[in-house]
This record gives sequence, C-alpha cells and structure tokens, in this order.
Amino acid sequence: MSLLDFDFMRRALVAAALVGLIAPLIGVFLVQRRLALLGDGMGHVALTGVGLAFLLGTAPIPTAMAAAVAGAFLIEFIRYRSRTAGDVALALLFYGGIAGGVMFASLAPGKAASSLNSYLFGSLSTVAEGDIWALALLCLGVVAVVAVLGRELFAVSLDADIAAVQGIRVRTMSTLMAVLAAVVVVVGMRVVGLLLVSAIMIVPVAAAQQVTRSFRATAVLAIVLGLTASLTGLVGSFYVEVPPGPTIVLVALLSFAVLAVVAVPIRRRRREVR
Amino acid sequence: MTHEHPHGDETPATSDEVVGLSRVCVEFDGDHVLEDVDLSIRQGEFVALLGPNGSGKTTLVRTMLGLQPHSHGRVALFGHPLSRFRDWQRIALVPQRLPGASSIPVSVWEAVLSGLISPKRRWRPYLRTERAAATQALTDVGLWSKRHERLDTLSGGQQRRVLIARALASGADLLVMDEPTAGVDAQNLASLTTLLAGLHEHGTTIIVVTHELTGIAHLITRAVVLDPNSRETIVFDGPPPVPGHHLHDHVHHHESELGRPGVVELEP
Repeated sequence: MSLLDFDFMRRALVAAALVGLIAPLIGVFLVQRRLALLGDGMGHVALTGVGLAFLLGTAPIPTAMAAAVAGAFLIEFIRYRSRTAGDVALALLFYGGIAGGVMFASLAPGKAASSLNSYLFGSLSTVAEGDIWALALLCLGVVAVVAVLGRELFAVSLDADIAAVQGIRVRTMSTLMAVLAAVVVVVGMRVVGLLLVSAIMIVPVAAAQQVTRSFRATAVLAIVLGLTASLTGLVGSFYVEVPPGPTIVLVALLSFAVLAVVAVPIRRRRREVR
Repeated sequence: MTHEHPHGDETPATSDEVVGLSRVCVEFDGDHVLEDVDLSIRQGEFVALLGPNGSGKTTLVRTMLGLQPHSHGRVALFGHPLSRFRDWQRIALVPQRLPGASSIPVSVWEAVLSGLISPKRRWRPYLRTERAAATQALTDVGLWSKRHERLDTLSGGQQRRVLIARALASGADLLVMDEPTAGVDAQNLASLTTLLAGLHEHGTTIIVVTHELTGIAHLITRAVVLDPNSRETIVFDGPPPVPGHHLHDHVHHHESELGRPGVVELEP
C-alpha cells in the first residue's frame, strides 16, 4: 500500500509542502536582519496559545495564531523600546511562552498534556481536513505580502536607517516581518512542531547562502531545499515511524553539510577568476 | 491649514534651501549633544561636516534626516518641515557599508537596485528607465563588470563606489555621505573624487561627514566644524580650509606625512 493511499498522509504532505515553501521565504529576511532566533521565540509563544486552546476548548490553530501574532507585536515593541536589554527581555518572553504552554495544557482536562508532544515535535496524523484550507489561505497571504512588500522588507533588512531615508516605514515593516514569522510558525506547527519549526525557516537559508551570490538566488535555493527537506523528511518519518519534525530538520541539516562541502571548490574557483 | 507659511511666524525657507535647521537641540539622557544648532545648506553646496569622534557630527546628520528625534527647534528638508516631508527619493544616504549584505549574499546589482526601493514603487515592477538609470550608475562608477559578484567580496573602496552608484540610481539630488574616503586606497580615491566632482558640477548637493579631508579638500565649498567641548556646537562655518592657514583656535591643519595638503585635524 502506497503512502498516498492514506488520507492523513496526503494532508500531511500538503501541509509539509506549504511550510517548506513559506518558511525559507520568510527565513531569508530573518537571517539577513540577524534575527535567526526570532522564529524560535515565536514558536515558544505559540505554545502558550496551544495550551490555552486545550484549557478553553477552542480550536488550536486560531488560538496559537492569536498568541503568536500578539507575541510578534510584543517582541517588536520590546526590541524598539530597549535596544540593549532587548535580548534579555526576549529571552524572558520565550521562557514564559513555553512554561505557560505546558502549564495551561497540564491544567486542561483529559489527555491534553500528552498530546502537547505532537505540537512540540510535529505529527503525521493530526492535520485535519479543514486545517488544510486554513493553512493554504495563510500561505497565500504570506506569499502575497512578500510579493508586494518584499522589496521594502529587503531594504529594511539591508539597513534600517537607509531604508527610513528612502521613505520606508521601518517599524511597520519590522512588525510585519515578525507577524509573517508568526504565521509561518503556526502553519508549520502541526507537521514540524513548535520547537523545530523555526529550523525550517533558518537551516535551508543557511545552507543555500554558502553557494549563492545574490539574495534572490539564496531565497530560491532555500525554498527548493526547504521543500525537499520537508517532503523527504515527512516520507521518511512515515516509514521509520518517528515524529516528522526531527526527520525534516535532520534532512535540512544534511543539505547544509553537503553544500558546505560543495562550497569549498566553488569559492576557490571564484577566487582564481578574480 | 490657516497659516500662510508652513513655518508659522518663522522666516520662510528660501526656495533653494535643501536642509534647514534652526535652534535644534538633541539630548541623550539629559546630555546636550547638539545645542541650538542653526544650519542652512543650499542647493549645489558641497559641505564637509568635520569634528572628532563624539563631536556630534553623526548626530547632526541623523537629526536632519529624521533618524534622531530632537527636543527643540525646527528641521526642514527642501523647504518642508520634517514631519511633512514626503519626497524621500530626493535624498540618498551613502553609508560606509550595508550591514545586511554580509549576513546573506547580496549581489552588486541588487545593492544598486535597492536604492530604488520606495513605497511609491510598491505596486509595480521597476520601469525600464529606472533599470537603465541603475545600469548607467554602475557603469559610471566603473563596476558594471562586477554586477553579479557578492557585494561583500569587493574591496572596501569598490564597495564604497557601489554604494555611490546606489545613490546615483535613485536620482537623488542630495547625497549624504558617511566617511566616504575612510579606508579607500589611492586608486579608488581618485575615481571617487572624479565622481563627486562630476556630481557637484551637475548641481547635486553633497554633505560629507568626515574627520579627514584627504583627497576631497579641493571639492569642498564649505566646512562646518563641530566641537563637543565648546559651548556652541558649531565652532566654525565657512569656506574650506586653505593649507597653511588656521581655521579656528581649536583647529589645525597641516601637511600629512605624505605631503598631501588639506588634512584637517582637531586637537584632542
């Protein structure tokens, strides 16, 4: 029996493809702004949303979304307010997010605490029929925003001061970037898991930028690597029966290692040409 | 608006005033970095903002561009109060480097095109004329052949030329440059000087923030010297230094070891 014969597997593949596509698309901006850990923090904050959903009996995706977006605004506010203490303040927010998530889930009736695991590391069987449409819509939103505002996000990532002198609203763009990262976290929550979802934003970008010479090429290659990692990782976890999150991230890390080796002769040749 | 002039009862800005500061104060944690600064820069001027580290010259530039809030006074750009200024494509800030180009590869061409990014172009791709302007700018700085290279693999002087091309591509008529000559080798310095001279000839207003005038002294039409230890922020504002003459009590300039005239240094 092929894995495509399982309904849950087809849904998981679609969800994995969606996150594999949009996570590196946003990750490339985060890495450029040296905010690689922002997605990580967003995942922690989203966990409080999941815990709350268990406790209140609401749907996990919208509740996690609300928590992550609120977290995005809070993070940008803290970053703007405290230039030096921002780092520590963010750490506090992240710890609070994960502690709150586990706490709420433990207080919730039933076996909520044990199913929290599937939100932390991803799961093959938890993507519901209705989820797919919600996730697809969110992805479409992310792609549309990047299509229109991508250049301004790029300018802010190059240098916030220069961007401001070009008439770009730097704070709005920064907040938008955090919100986009929050959306990616929620889209990747079911399949990759909240603890590892930011890896799929960052690792493909880190892998790609070893061999590329432009931002656009980095973004395109990172998306190809992200898609490949999320799909092969998911299929791998179907056969080996491990959570998909770790498998996907390990495949992505493997691509990083391979490109690190490939990059050595490429760089050497470029140096000789010059 | 019921006011006749946007400036209220202040004297209206003359039409060719590019930057106008009147009685501007900037404080950091209660310390006055800029105190009652009056400065008017007209179209076509080539102004050097001089002073040692910590003299407030960077703060002055950041204030005039709206990057640094001021506690008192008025700032106007092209005759409009800062809060109502919208014509940002007329201004280009030329930094020493682009921080974001070292964390992710950014090609020389992408760096030049990034000068065109503006909310006004949000809903459309770049026009053919805009791309042509970028091509011309990169050709003018002599780096068209490097357009596919990673910006951060170029030498410091070449990167500086790319960032100037970026400003040129945007079509700005006010260039604000941060230490344009620092760390630039002799060959790059020569082409940089030629470039700036050409721009100045075509009427571009240029403001350079620097602590040395090496190589560009002959282009400067006006020197503004800042001193943090003086009661007034600006201690000298006038024609550029001529070698052999004293600019101000606190300021000496002398021939450098290499015998290049026009090196201005402030005594500690």
